[in-house]
This record gives sequence, C-alpha cells and structure tokens, in this order.
Amino acid sequence: MRHPNLPAGVPERPPYDQPPVEALGRSGGRVLSPEEAAVMAEKVRKVEVAISLVLRTGVVVSVLVIATGLGLMFAHHSAYLPVSGHFSYHQLTSRSTPFPHSFSALGRSIARGQGRGIIVLGVLILILTPVLRVAVGVLSFVYEKDPPMALVTLFVLAVLIGSFFLAGV
Amino acid sequence: MTPLDFVVSLALISVAAGVLGSLIGLGGGVVIVPLLTLVYHVDIRLAIGASIVSVIATSSGAAAAYVRERMTNLRAGMFLEIATTTGAVSGAYLTTVLPTRFLFVFFGVVLAYSSFTTFRRRHADQPLTVSHDRIANYFNLHGSYYDAVEQREIPYKVVGTKPGLALMYVAGLVSALLGIGSGALKVPAMDSAMHLPMKVSSATSNFMIGVTAAASAGVYFIRGQIDPIIAAPVAAGVLLGATLGARVLGRVTSKTVRIVFVVVLVVISLEMLQKGIFP
Repeated sequence: MRHPNLPAGVPERPPYDQPPVEALGRSGGRVLSPEEAAVMAEKVRKVEVAISLVLRTGVVVSVLVIATGLGLMFAHHSAYLPVSGHFSYHQLTSRSTPFPHSFSALGRSIARGQGRGIIVLGVLILILTPVLRVAVGVLSFVYEKDPPMALVTLFVLAVLIGSFFLAGV
Repeated sequence: MTPLDFVVSLALISVAAGVLGSLIGLGGGVVIVPLLTLVYHVDIRLAIGASIVSVIATSSGAAAAYVRERMTNLRAGMFLEIATTTGAVSGAYLTTVLPTRFLFVFFGVVLAYSSFTTFRRRHADQPLTVSHDRIANYFNLHGSYYDAVEQREIPYKVVGTKPGLALMYVAGLVSALLGIGSGALKVPAMDSAMHLPMKVSSATSNFMIGVTAAASAGVYFIRGQIDPIIAAPVAAGVLLGATLGARVLGRVTSKTVRIVFVVVLVVISLEMLQKGIFP
C-alpha cells in the first residue's frame, strides 16, 4: 500500500533516505515548498549519518581501549587468570578496592601502564560520547538553519557540561 | 570465582541485557543491578555505577543504528532532553536530602501505573494525523518512520508536549536518584502522553537515555562508583548486545515491543517496591 502523502517520484521504499515532505521542516511551522523540502531532506539525511557516525566511532574507540586495558590487567596479574583458584574477584569489587576516580589519579595510573587506568579511560570515552553527540546536534541545527532547535540543543549541552563541573571533575 | 570467571560470565550476561535494553528503550540496569548485588554480591554503590555505564553503552550502541534507519525522532528526542538533563542534575543533588526508601515505593507505584497505561493502549495503536499542540507544531516535533513489518512509511503527529516534558523531568530525576529506571518513564511519556508510535518511542528513548545518564555520570566517577573490573565486561558485553538488538526492533511488531516493555516495567516496579518496603 502506497502512502498517500508520499510525493510523486519518491519510490515506495526509499532506503531510509527520503522522509515524506510533511515530516520535514524547521521550527516556526512554515510549510516548505517542494524544492526546499528536497534540500531539507538531503540535509536531514546528512545530519542523521553524522550523528550515527559519532555514536559508532565513540563506541568502537571505547571498546578497543577497554579491551586493551582488560588485556593489560590480566597480563600484569597472573593471579587473576586461572579459571579456578583461591583468588576471588571480591578483592577487586569491594568498596576498599583501589582504582582511579580523579583525573590526576587516572593520569598517574595510565602513565604507569596499569590496565585498570586504561579501562577507566575507555569508560570515560564512552561517557563523553553522548556529550559529543549533543555538540554535533547543535551544529546540525545550525546547518539546517533552525535557530530555535539549535538553542534548545545548546541548552542541553550547557547543562551536561555544567553537570561535570558541578560534580567537581 | 576468579577474576577471569567474573569478567567472562558478567560479559555474557551483559550481552543479553544489551539486547533487551535496545529493544525496549531501557538501559539494562533492570538486569545489571540485581544481578551484581544478588548473584555476585557486589556493593550496591558499585552496582549502580555499573548500571550507568550499561545505560550509556545501550544508548550509544543501539542509537547509532536507529538514527541511521530513521527510527528515532531526533527533533523530539533533543527537545525533550531539556527536561531529562535538568532532572538528572537536580536528582544528583537531592540524593542526600530525600529518603531513598520512600522514593523506591513512590516510583514503584508510578511505574506500576504506567505499565498499566502502556498495556491499555495495545489495541489503540494508531498514529495521530492532526495535532493542535502549539509547542509540537512550533518546533515541528512530528515525524515519520518506515515500518518494515507493515512495509510502509508511517507519518505521525505529536501531542501532549507539556505532560511529556514534566514526565521527562521526573525520568531524569529518578535515574539520577535511584540509578535505575532511566528509560522506564521515558517510553510511557512518549507513547501514552505524546502519542509517538511504540517503536519510535523505544528508539527515541534509547537515543535519550545516554545523555540523561551522562549528566549524572560525572558525579558517579568522582565518588568512585565506577570500578574498572565491573565496568569493562558490562560496557563491552552491553555494546555488543545493543548492536545485535538494534537489528531486531525493525522486524518485530509494535505490539510485541509493547508487551515485552510492559513485562519488564512490571518487574522494575516490583523491584522498586521490594527495595522500599523490605530493604
């Protein structure tokens, strides 16, 4: 069944790249002309690809860093490795377990090549990925010439960055 | 159990948590927190830190696919993040003020109610064609997605932006206060209050939970709740699971997503009530 609102010339199943005209548009509620809508569709698609790329890159980089850290941790501590033995994981997951939770401690840990420091670095990259995604969102709405949405996203970015400062990072 | 056994077993279970979380727009904390505390006997504070990592991993892993497939409503998601991030920041500073037991009971009841409203909408799942919501119209939060099961483009209109924003604020608050339930209120807010299609609600919730969690992650890091040997297998496993799970959402019906969501919501609600009544 063909959707009645699909503009003429748009194939039935565009491979994810052509939203119908009515789904496009900026803030303000003005209806776009078909030419504007075509330009907008292309811009929206580029934005989607860019945001997807930021998320995917963040995820891949963080997993690689975490895996490296995990590998180093096991390489440095042969006691962790056996499948059966007396060494319990509880020694690493109690509240008194030492691990870096400030930037200076993290820097020292990484400088010494400690696996746990590198894992924490990977986790921080993972935490920063959504923040970077919001920053790309601000640029996207500027690119789509949509100031109200750009301001909305800028506000979200400000709150996020503020949250890190409030935390005393 | 040696550290190697711990890392490998936790990573495998995290894959399952990632698949479930990416399908219904939750962060997987519902699996990770009870698993770590009840099965692995890990301190609750470290378990909540791991849950935040799991939420961000589910979100980024699944959203990368959902955004590319146009399942996510980017405009609505980014707009509603105003409320979730402010909620999360206020929540992180209210933790010490508000009695946690009372919060667990309160949100347990709220989630039980929203599982009921989500379940009730299972037959009336038609997207809206008209919206008189001034905020939604001004910011053009309406959208359209391609449903692979129905094999057609489904346009939809958004309503109820104000109740949506209010619920999103509470969703940010609860995820920062309790460490679980970040997506549990977001999906009903979009589905029941704003009338987004169920699959779009799930994909958009996935998109948003990472940002909500990031807003309180700084606090968790500084307080020393992010233990690398727990975070590493959780992050890696959940990322793999979410990437796999994101391939499933397109192929199942909205009703299936809804039913799975309702079941998980009931479990979370019982979990919260239990924590509040018999801690």
